[in-house]
Amino acid sequence: MINFTVEDKEGNRQQIEAPDDMGLSLMEVLKASEYPVLATCGGMALCATCHVEILQGQDGLGDATDVELDQLEALPEFFPTSRLACQIRISELLDGAVIKLRGEDN
Amino acid sequence: MITTDICIIGAGPVGLFAVFEAGLLKMRCHLIDALPQVGGQLSEIYPQKPIYDIPGYPEIKAQELVDNLMDQIKPFKPTFTLGERVDHLSKQEDGSYVITTNDKTQVHAQVIVIAGGLGCFEPRKPALEKLEHFEGKGVTYMVKNPELFRDKNVVLAGGGDSALDWTIYLSEVAKRVTLVHRNETFRGAPDSAAKVFDMAHEGKIDLILSANLKELGGNGHLDSITLIDKAKAEIKINTDFLIPLFGLSPKLGPISEWGLTVDKNAIEVDTRDYSTGVERIYAIGDINTYPGKLKLILCGFHEAAIMMHSAFKYVYPDQKLSFKYTTVNGVNAF
Repeated sequence: MINFTVEDKEGNRQQIEAPDDMGLSLMEVLKASEYPVLATCGGMALCATCHVEILQGQDGLGDATDVELDQLEALPEFFPTSRLACQIRISELLDGAVIKLRGEDN
Repeated sequence: MITTDICIIGAGPVGLFAVFEAGLLKMRCHLIDALPQVGGQLSEIYPQKPIYDIPGYPEIKAQELVDNLMDQIKPFKPTFTLGERVDHLSKQEDGSYVITTNDKTQVHAQVIVIAGGLGCFEPRKPALEKLEHFEGKGVTYMVKNPELFRDKNVVLAGGGDSALDWTIYLSEVAKRVTLVHRNETFRGAPDSAAKVFDMAHEGKIDLILSANLKELGGNGHLDSITLIDKAKAEIKINTDFLIPLFGLSPKLGPISEWGLTVDKNAIEVDTRDYSTGVERIYAIGDINTYPGKLKLILCGFHEAAIMMHSAFKYVYPDQKLSFKYTTVNGVNAF
C-alpha cells in the first residue's frame, strides 16, 4: 500500500491509500475514491478529463508520453507538472505525492 | 425522408452488432454517425490496436473486428448516414420519431437506439467570463467559411496543428492575424511551426508566445481581447474575431437535451431492456450507465441483443415475439 494526498478544486486535501500491486492507474483510484473525475474515454488518454497537476513528487513519475502531451498541450489550462491521471500507474514512486485535480467535472 | 424501423445513433461496434440482432427479428436499421466512416473509436482512434476480450477471438485488431461486423450485418442491408451529427428529435402522434441531423437529413423510425460511445467530439472551451455571450458574435471554435474573416482582425489561440494551419491559411484572407500560444514552442507539425515563426519574423502575422487569454471585451459583438503574459503584464488587442483552438473533447451533445436522465455524461438505463426513461428510446454500449456497468464491447453486444427483443413490440405491435437460435433458424437475409 502507498499513500498520497489529493487536493480537490476547492483546495481541500485528503490522504488516499491505494494498493501498488494491482496495476491500477491514478485515475481509477481517484474515481474509486469518489472524486468527480469523468474519465470519459476510460483511460486511453483521449479526453483529458482526468487532468491533474502534480504539486509534489513529480520526479519519480517519469515523463508523459507523446499521446498524453498532445492532449495536455491542447487544453485551455495547462501547468508545468500537468499529467493525465489515467497514464500514471499506482506504484511506490507515487508514495507521498500531492496531486491537485484539474479536469473538467461536468 | 428516410424511413426505417430502428434508427441507431452511433456506428461503432455496438451499433453495428445491434443491426444483426434487429435483423434476426426482421427489423430494419438505419445508422447515423458523426464520423465519416463506420467503426467509431475502433476505426478512428485505434484501428491497428489488438483487442483481447472479444469472445472467440484470442486477439483481433480493432479494424478487423469492425470489418467482420460489417460482413456479419450485410444480410440485413443496413443503411447509413455518415459524417452528420444528430441534432433534433421530434415525437410523432403515433409514438414514432423523426430525427434530424445538422445537415437536415431526416429519418423516421419506430425506435431510437443511442449507441453513441463517448458521444461526439466537441471543441474545448477556455474558461473565460462572458465567453458564451460572445459565441457567434466574434467567438467561434472552427473555421467553416474562411470568407467570414476576409479583411477582419482575427486572433487565434492554441498551439496544435489546427491553430498553426489556420494561422497560415487566414493570413492570406484576414486583415491581420494574431496567434496566441501559452508556450514558447509548438507541438504541431515542425514545418507548420517553422512557417509561422517565419511569417511572424517577416511581419505578416503577430505571434504572441507565453501568453494566455484573460478577458473578452465588446458591447454586443467582440471588439477586443486581453491577454496576460508570463510577467503578468496585460496586453489588449482590438479584434473582430477570436478562434480558440484547444482540441476536442467528447460530450453527449444535443442528446443531452432529449429529456433523458444523464449521470456524468452517460445515459441512465433500466437493465431489464436498456430502455431510457423515454418510451421507444434505448441506450446501449459505452454511452449508458447502470449499477455495475462495464464499458466493454462485449457488454454492449449483450445489451444490443436484450434491447432489440424489447423494441420488437414497437415495430410489430400485433405480433408475438418467439425467441429462436441462429443454429436452428439460420440467418434469413432481407
